[in-house]
Amino acid sequence: MTAIKTSIGRRSFLKTSALAGGGMMLSFSWLAGCKPPDETVALPKEWFELNGYLKIGDNGLVTIMSPNPEIGQNVKTSMPMLVAEELDVDWKNVIVEQAPLNTTIFTRQLAGGSQSISQGWKSLRMAGATAKRMLREAAAKAWQVSVDEVTTEASMLYHKASGKSASYGEMASAAAKIEVPKEVELKNNSDFKIIGTSRNNVDGQKIVTGQPLFGLDYRKEGMLIAMIAHPPAFGMKLKSVDDSQARSMPGIKDVFTIKTYPEEYALQWCDVDSFPELVVVVGNTTWQVMNARKALKLEWEQFSDHELTSSTFWGSTVKIKVPGGLENSAQHAKVMAEFSAKGGNVVRKDGNPEAVFKKAAKVVERSYSAPFLAHNTMEPMNFFANVTDEMAELVGPIQTPEFMEKSVAAILNLPLEKIDIQMTRQGGGFGRRLYGHFLVEAALISKKIKAPVKLVYTREDDMSFGVYRPAYHALYRAALDENNNLIAFHVKAGGIPESPLFANRFPAGAVDNYLAESWTASSNISVGAFRAPASNFIAGAEQSFLDEVAEAAGKDPIQFRLDLLDRALNKPVGEKNDYEAKRLAGVLELVRSKSNWGLETPNIHRGVSAYFCHDSYVAHVIDLKVESGKPRVEKVHCAVDCGIVVNPIAATNLVEGGSVDGIGHAMYSGLTFTNGTPDQTNFNKYRLIRHKEAPKAIDVHFVESDVDPTGLGEPPFPPVIGALANALYKATGKRHYQQPYLGEGITLG
Amino acid sequence: MATFNLNVNGKKQAVDVDPETPVLWVLRDHLDLVGTKFGCGMAQCGACTIHIDGTATRSCILPVSSVGDQKITTIEGLSEKGDHPVQKAWLEHDVPQCGYCQAGQIMSAAALLKENPTPTDEQIETAMNGNICRCGTYVRIKAAVKTASKNLNA
Ligand code: FES
Ligand code: FES
Repeated sequence: MTAIKTSIGRRSFLKTSALAGGGMMLSFSWLAGCKPPDETVALPKEWFELNGYLKIGDNGLVTIMSPNPEIGQNVKTSMPMLVAEELDVDWKNVIVEQAPLNTTIFTRQLAGGSQSISQGWKSLRMAGATAKRMLREAAAKAWQVSVDEVTTEASMLYHKASGKSASYGEMASAAAKIEVPKEVELKNNSDFKIIGTSRNNVDGQKIVTGQPLFGLDYRKEGMLIAMIAHPPAFGMKLKSVDDSQARSMPGIKDVFTIKTYPEEYALQWCDVDSFPELVVVVGNTTWQVMNARKALKLEWEQFSDHELTSSTFWGSTVKIKVPGGLENSAQHAKVMAEFSAKGGNVVRKDGNPEAVFKKAAKVVERSYSAPFLAHNTMEPMNFFANVTDEMAELVGPIQTPEFMEKSVAAILNLPLEKIDIQMTRQGGGFGRRLYGHFLVEAALISKKIKAPVKLVYTREDDMSFGVYRPAYHALYRAALDENNNLIAFHVKAGGIPESPLFANRFPAGAVDNYLAESWTASSNISVGAFRAPASNFIAGAEQSFLDEVAEAAGKDPIQFRLDLLDRALNKPVGEKNDYEAKRLAGVLELVRSKSNWGLETPNIHRGVSAYFCHDSYVAHVIDLKVESGKPRVEKVHCAVDCGIVVNPIAATNLVEGGSVDGIGHAMYSGLTFTNGTPDQTNFNKYRLIRHKEAPKAIDVHFVESDVDPTGLGEPPFPPVIGALANALYKATGKRHYQQPYLGEGITLG
Repeated sequence: MATFNLNVNGKKQAVDVDPETPVLWVLRDHLDLVGTKFGCGMAQCGACTIHIDGTATRSCILPVSSVGDQKITTIEGLSEKGDHPVQKAWLEHDVPQCGYCQAGQIMSAAALLKENPTPTDEQIETAMNGNICRCGTYVRIKAAVKTASKNLNA
């Protein structure tokens, strides 16, 4: 058992109170466990605004607030499992509710970076352990025995010697009066009863019966519907509005324009300012508003170069150059090739790569690229707002409630405590709902129209609004000596407008002479985090390249990687390597054995890949079969090291989904531009993978581990792209350098 | 505006709307049946799938005026207690991730099994190909359809 403090100094992270009608409530700052207990740091008062709770009713029913946004990563099930584990409750007596946002600073009530589980790991268990301790103390007091003799199991308290027992429900009111303990014990991993067992999605029944769960499903008495019109192209702004026809259409309440961010407003990293002024149509029903919007006569004009000031995720301020002009994909490709031909910023250099490349026996050089991608969450952007002079009520799907609370408070000029953001279940996130401009827009519309309103984006609005995955490019070079040893490695990567480079990831640390360069090219197309940011491209590029280098060296691609990892483990080059060579090798070894790597099967073409990101390690082997000229993914073998697996059925689902999603995007998806306008604005042109193209089977294997859990929303996505490219090469004899591979004349299935 | 007498999930419902209004928005905005989802509005994603006299149909491009007295079934009316074999199989396989596409997937699967209680893998893929899942739950969906098929025929 490990002891964990429930307080810093005299301040407790937990508060207890009695429930009206009997029972106890334990509120907790669920973030407590992820901040270093360093008392020299002055803690803001918001730290102590408690934002999670568990309630034990006198009927024994346990309600656990799930603090984090649910975007399909299943935290609404797996995070309460952590509380329930330490509390020793029967899972079937647990009700899970989505917590509203009620803290402003130092929270991580955010879905992003696959961090929810790892950050909640200690704090959520602490909350459960504390409540259990208080129940035991209450029982000990009632029974006049030592607390050490009181045991718990499945929502029951026992005193073995006297044969006394009581349910949690019976003891809950008394427990509410017990002082919160300063320290509690957490279970040993080997004693887990809930963690590590499969628990089905707590919203499952509601989902399969079509109950209102999502933002788009939300409604309130008197609610109006709003839609926006934004410029048809990046680089454009509003010039004039003729709304005479639209206004007179049935059901239309008003047409007006809004400026999302006031002049003096300081942009945050999650604000999106590509289209500063929008035209709004408000009416009674979605169909009426859609039609009226079509009747708007709008004129647009180009804007010129300008600069935006924004704060970063980490709080520093950056200036962003926004060039004027209407961009084209052909020009993007040219720009990327030009930048790649020039030198980039040297981010890391080990040894003397230039000299070694000169004397190499063999040099392999390849370039890879990938287009902009739209997130395309199946639920388009939307938000409900009811704003009055006094307060703002906001309901909908958002990944960054605490950041958007700040934006909206500043824009509406209301104090933070007057902003109430409630999170609905979210029809996908993938990073798109980190950027809550739609929430601000809804608030401004409600304020203007003085009524509750739901802002709805159509698919076209959603796909053409921006916040895309950047377009990326990477040039790789590898030098081999006459014995086919990798003696130098060079990566030069960049993007429009962000670079995908991770200079300190594998194979950094495994090669004596190493050079990593980065570049960026500016653009007025807005971008943002997309499932496994940057890794979602660079992993596929790097893992395709390593495959080619292994081939040039005449080595088995898995053994080639393992040899390099062996070097990184035993005699690492440099000190900044940010992966654990042992764990990366571990997933490769696991996938090698589980896939029977090396076994030749007629008409099965295999590719391998492994990558580390977001603290988890994933390796894939893809089996492709060619049927009547078309490759089809017969099977994906996947090995994952994410530490302890909290909820295997959900974890497996996430790994399957990430693998399918990765294959799909590499194969089919891409957003191109003509004169600043996206060429694809709906699924007739923007391809997402479909049933017929999906892998026939996916086998997921987890590395047995005692390490604290890490996330799974992102890590399975990037590596599968490399495995796909490498398997396609085996199947077709052709290497693939440009995503989507479909453009190179191939489809799956 | 015109009045339409619809038969939705076995209930008579009168709505007064523009005849061109897609059934999707009649359900969602007028009848408060929000289980049927909006994903693309152009019959490309399947999120809005309902049954018209038992046949899987994309409600986002189906004008309300074209329905007449045909029976509309939505996810809310697929079964009385949420225990249609397809729904049960979906829970058993813990299919949903974000869950947004799943009502449409379930409606497509239920229509398929009604027509063909023992579909092959290929037939499942063909029947379900119009339903996109960005979360990538395709493998589980196929397994759940097979389980539902087995239970239906048991
Ligand atoms: S919303 Fe009807 S098919 Fe996409
Ligand atoms: S479960 Fe999220 S789109 Fe299918």
